Amino acid sequence: MSSPDLHALGGAYAAHALDEPEREAFEAHLVHCEACAEEVADFAATLARLAAAEATPAPPAMEERTMAAIHSLLQLPPAADPADASGPGAPDRLARRLRGTVTRRWAAVGLAASLALTAGVGAIAIDQHDQADRAQAQTQQVRSEQARFAALLTAPDARTRTATAAGGTGNGTVVWSQSRNEAGFLANGLPPLGVDRAYELWFDDGGTARPAGLLHGSNGALLLDGPLDGAGGVGVTVEPATGSARPTSTPVLLFPLTTHGAAARQPSTARTAGHEVAPTGVLPASARVGTALPRPTGTAL
Amino acid sequence: MNVIRPSFGPPPQGFELQELVAKVAVGDHDAFRTLYRAVVGPVFGIVRRVLRDPAQAEEVAQEVMLEVWRTAARYRPDRGAVLPWVLTVAHHRAVDRVRYTEATAARDRRAAARSQVTAFDEVVEEVENRLERERVRHCLRGLTDLQRQSLTLAYYQGKTCREVADLLGSPLSTVKTRMRDGLVRLRDCLGVGG
Repeated sequence: MSSPDLHALGGAYAAHALDEPEREAFEAHLVHCEACAEEVADFAATLARLAAAEATPAPPAMEERTMAAIHSLLQLPPAADPADASGPGAPDRLARRLRGTVTRRWAAVGLAASLALTAGVGAIAIDQHDQADRAQAQTQQVRSEQARFAALLTAPDARTRTATAAGGTGNGTVVWSQSRNEAGFLANGLPPLGVDRAYELWFDDGGTARPAGLLHGSNGALLLDGPLDGAGGVGVTVEPATGSARPTSTPVLLFPLTTHGAAARQPSTARTAGHEVAPTGVLPASARVGTALPRPTGTAL
Repeated sequence: MNVIRPSFGPPPQGFELQELVAKVAVGDHDAFRTLYRAVVGPVFGIVRRVLRDPAQAEEVAQEVMLEVWRTAARYRPDRGAVLPWVLTVAHHRAVDRVRYTEATAARDRRAAARSQVTAFDEVVEEVENRLERERVRHCLRGLTDLQRQSLTLAYYQGKTCREVADLLGSPLSTVKTRMRDGLVRLRDCLGVGG
């Protein structure tokens, strides 16, 4: 197709009306045609006016559903594309943005991605064909909690431990690094809670429970609040959505942070190691961290 | 913490929306709620317009909002305003859904398309009947019939150029040209850009 022919496709492209081969040909053309890129951006803004004229109140329930869903939905990091350096209007970037797609230039994913995907963090993403993007999200820097979590996973001395939740539904994984003095928690398909409840994480400081963060939802990754500071374990209880100062219920998950056993870089090992951890509120005496946590009064772990 | 606006209060605009997206990009849930309330009406409106089925529209509109959350860090203010970005995502998803749905009912397509030949002017009519849409109506009226029909079939019904050409009995190249001409005229009439 000749260049003048391609030039005429801007309108159809902005209206998402091109067949796939033509769309690709036009996007290749956009890279070299600054005028086309500007025209397409203007057309997108024009069509947005048509869309805005259609504004209709959305079903009210959709808002809370959406807000609940983002708790466990990983965000993509900023595009790590050299074209970004070329400043405003870089047409290839514009084309990608208009299509709502992303660059796929990042290096192969490492432990962070593989562990996260194994643990099911990715399973909640909306695009099933988007695994690479999710994996990329796991490997990028300090733009989000998930990214910090991923950074923790790459610590040379990172350890992981996985356990099945009480009742056998879902599992959790704790990742910790003594050198970073940090710990993180990955949830995968934990039993759903009402909107007024949340999973609360606790550090075990020699028998005293120290609040370490809240997880609203059944899936997700979070960096635990506060330093590891030699904590001997991590526990998870169900608490009011705003959190409690002390555990008020039987833990659904317990993780001794011992250095033997599960090692990072081997998710399958971590999974096996999970069986060492008490899967229910009935705790074996060997579960050091759990000896005090189940007390409903919950003044100590 | 951001002020939570009522759904139909004065919406944040321009830079305010850009600041919201920047906060959303670093995981700010409050900012996302404010952004959600600012854009969900147009998002749901255009998705429902394209899909016609409210249940499917709700599903797709929610996907769009989650896509906004997920890709907020990729938004570039120097490449356009927030609302066009969000609505481009919304339209793209709606059109994808329509095409998928239609592909699964391919054998009915010909008959359905035939009935849409007579329906396309109703599409314009529906837009025209709403007072608050005066401006869009005015500008759509300023287009030639072929420009307007091409654009509305593509934009509101998710038709490809090829389908539009078949529906209107016009050459494919003419349809493509008219879509662009029509958008240029619409752009100027609505005062978009420069």
